[in-house]
Formats: sequence, C-alpha cells, structure tokens
Amino acid sequence: MAEPQRARPKPTPETQHFWDGTKAGELRLQRCDACAHVYFPPRPFCPSCASRKVSIFKASGKGFLYSYVINHRPAAPGFTPPYAIAVVELDEGPRMMSNIIDCPQTPEALELDMKLEVAFEALDDKITLPVFRPAKG
Amino acid sequence: MRSNQVAVVGAAETTELGVIPNASQLQLHADAALNAIADAGLKLSDIDGFATAVETPQQVCHYLGIKPTWVDGTSVGGCSFMLHVRHAAAAIEAGLCKTVLITHAESGKSMIGKAPRSIPADSLQGQFEAPYGVYGPPSMFPIPVLRFMKTYGITHEQLASVAVVQREWAAKNPRAMMKDPITIADVLNSRMIAYPFRLLQCCLVTDGGGALILTSADRARDFPRKPVYIMGTGESVETPMVSQMETFNSSRAFKTAGPLAFREAGIAHKDVDHLMIYDAFAHLPLFGLGDLGFMPHEETGKFIADGNTRPGGKLPLNTNGGGLSYMHSGMYGMYALQESVRQMRGIAPAQVPNATISVCHGVGGMFAASGTIVFTNER
Repeated sequence: MAEPQRARPKPTPETQHFWDGTKAGELRLQRCDACAHVYFPPRPFCPSCASRKVSIFKASGKGFLYSYVINHRPAAPGFTPPYAIAVVELDEGPRMMSNIIDCPQTPEALELDMKLEVAFEALDDKITLPVFRPAKG
Repeated sequence: MRSNQVAVVGAAETTELGVIPNASQLQLHADAALNAIADAGLKLSDIDGFATAVETPQQVCHYLGIKPTWVDGTSVGGCSFMLHVRHAAAAIEAGLCKTVLITHAESGKSMIGKAPRSIPADSLQGQFEAPYGVYGPPSMFPIPVLRFMKTYGITHEQLASVAVVQREWAAKNPRAMMKDPITIADVLNSRMIAYPFRLLQCCLVTDGGGALILTSADRARDFPRKPVYIMGTGESVETPMVSQMETFNSSRAFKTAGPLAFREAGIAHKDVDHLMIYDAFAHLPLFGLGDLGFMPHEETGKFIADGNTRPGGKLPLNTNGGGLSYMHSGMYGMYALQESVRQMRGIAPAQVPNATISVCHGVGGMFAASGTIVFTNER
C-alpha cells in the first residue's frame, strides 16, 4: 500500500497564477489598482473595494511568525508529529498558513515575531508549496 | 427584532447522551424532536416551521413526517442553532409560521449515518491550509492561542483553569460525560494534542442531540412549561480559514454577533445572571468574555483563574460543564442553548438562583461564524 500523502492543492482558474509562481520560485500576491490593498488568498477582484482592476506582483517573501500550534495528534497524512502549523504575516500585510523548516519544532525555537523568509518545496511536477524558514542575518 | 415577542416552549436533549451505538444520526434528530414535542405538549402536526443544520430540512422533515411552510437549513457549524433561533423568531414575528422546531443531532463518536467531513482539494482551504498538516479542529482551532496569550499576557495556567472550573460545574450534572474533579496540574500534564493545548483543554467527542420549539410569546402562556423569551439576538460570519481571521486577538464574528444581541435586548453586562460561551477549546471563553465586552481581553484569564465563573462565582459560566466536560457531539451550540433554557426555567442541575437573564454565545467552525441569543424568563 502506498504511503499516505500530504494533502495536495488543486488550483482553480483564480489561483493558477499563485501556483505558477511558486513553481517558478516566486511568492505572488495581488494588489488592487484602485485602492492599493494587498490581499491573499487569490481572487480576481479586491475584497476591500470590489474593484476588478487588480495586479499580480512578486512578494518579498519576508515576514514574521504570527502564531502556530505544534500538532501532536492526530497527525495529517504525510506528516510526522510533532510538527508546527504556522501562520506567517508577510511584510506586504497578508497572512498565510505554512510550515516552518530548518528549525526545531519546539516552543523554545519557534518564537513569536521571529523573522522568516519564504522557501519552496516541490510536492510534484505540478505543485510547489511555499514554506518558511528563519531569516538569515 | 423586538424583544420578548417569541418564546421557547419546548426544549429537550436526546434520551441518552455520550456514546449511543444503537441509533443513527437521523434517528437522534427524531429522538430529540419527539422529546421536545412531548415537553411542549404538542403533536408533530402542530409544527409548521423547521430548521436544522448539516442534515437537510427535507431529510429530517420527511423522517419525522412534518409538513412545514417555513424552513431554514442555515449550516454554519456549531452555532447554527443560535442562528436558527434568531431566524425562527423573525419568521414567527413576520407571520411566516407559528410553531418552529429546531433540531440538532450528531453521531460524533459512533459515526452512524454521519457523512465524514472533508476538505475539497480545490477549495481555498484545500489549497492554502490543508497542505500544511491541519487535520481536524484540534490542529486548527488553537492556532490563534499563542498570539492571544502574548498580546494579553495570558498564562498557560489560566488557560488550564478554564477546564478545571468547568469540571466543577460538570460534577453537579448527572448527565455530564466527565465528572471527576481535575487540577491545573492534571490539565498541564495531560497528553499533548496541539501545543499549547493538551487533552483536557480540548472538547469531548460524543453522540447526542437536542431540539427546541419556539412560538409567539402570546401563545406561549398556554404551554405547560414556563416560557423562555428571546430578548436579543445576533449573528455573523468571518472566514472559513482560521489563518485568514482579521486578527488572532479577537473574533470579528464574536464582536459583531455579541454586541448586536446585547443592544437588541437593551441590557448591560451587569444584568447578565448566567452565561454560556461555546467552549470547543479552552481559549473560547476568554475570547468570548473579551469580545462580548464583559471585560478587556487582558483580564479574562485572571477572571476565570480567580474563580469568578465557578459555582458561587459572580458570573456563572458554562454551567452544564461545557463542551470540555458535559458533551460535544461536534456542533455543541444546541447544548449551550438547552442549558440556557433550563437555567431560565429554573430546572438546571446546577441552577443559578434567581437568574432572569441568560446569554448564550456560540461559535461555528474555527471562529468562522457566531450567534448570540439573550434569553429571559420575565416579560
């Protein structure tokens, strides 16, 4: 029997640019051309002012650790507990769920507000997940 | 909506609560409904309005043989039943129906006739949360806790005290699942589930159900039970993705629904004799006390740890033992409503003496939705 796999995202027409971006090593966000609001997750209009004039741009990939849990049980398929499920606040404003790599999965190592930078983890030839690691320097 | 125009005239839980291996989820709806009908002294044919969540109204109405002229299938998670009460009160006032039955049931433990919850891979949650290892509410609902603790200086011991105090209430309740006293140390030494939360800070997983019957306050006088009036109501939703909440320092849905209900009821916080705050996990009463405006969030942990919400305290909270100790089938809101009604009828196992106003506050999903009902037994 095959090993249970980590849940795989299935892009929709509205999110395809995001997943194209991660595959190309870019974290892409959207900004409203009318009110400059930066938002996530992707959609072809501004959730702040409803304008349909929005642009896709490459985010800095920098942010900080907003909050997290360290999940012990039950573990999701494809994960070995304990593992942190984090929420990262990006320098551009939006927050996203992620995992923290290159860091012990402990309360001592995972300090709230620690600076993070994006990294990319290819799940297969279609999907690359953005994850985060402690920022260097 | 105007206060006290509609009343609860029937209220009951399933005959059994806890582990019920001999009934499907649909039958648990029926069991709760039949108990509530009997409680109200009605016949099924008297019901002309119906609301439920997760199961469809057509499923439950057909099973029970109800022919409604008004239905509500609002399904926003565990507080759906608070929203049903609000919608039913509005419908009765508008003359759309006269007598509404609201049912909840869940075979949460035995999983008989219950569809498994799943997250489609092409939903926003499936794309932007599921790949990071979320797996059920324990891995998601506590995600805001560490930020909340840091912002407000809340301690692990204070969050543990929520479970300790609620166990004290549960000990007074023969139908509570967990009744043995626990200490802060017991909580902090229980099995780790999702740091910072341990087993005793997470809700139970049980089978059960409950049902309510509402009608106009004018008709309510003719029923066998003391009417419990709907004094104020509120509702809102925020986001199905916990990661996308506006802030982890409060719940926008709570802050919308709660104050709306207080304003509609025309009451101040000091008027509240009895309070239910849906406690799927130990942080929810702290969010609730702050977001409903009882006190600044900074004070909520100390308030509970100091014993203010325990038996004999100045603000009796979650007096059935809550989702942590009483029961939690998955959508606990109905049980919080049942306890508020019992308290207003004066028949709760841990009755708050002379209580005249009860506030019942629910959450749906992981802070995704909220509903608040203010009840009173005085018109």
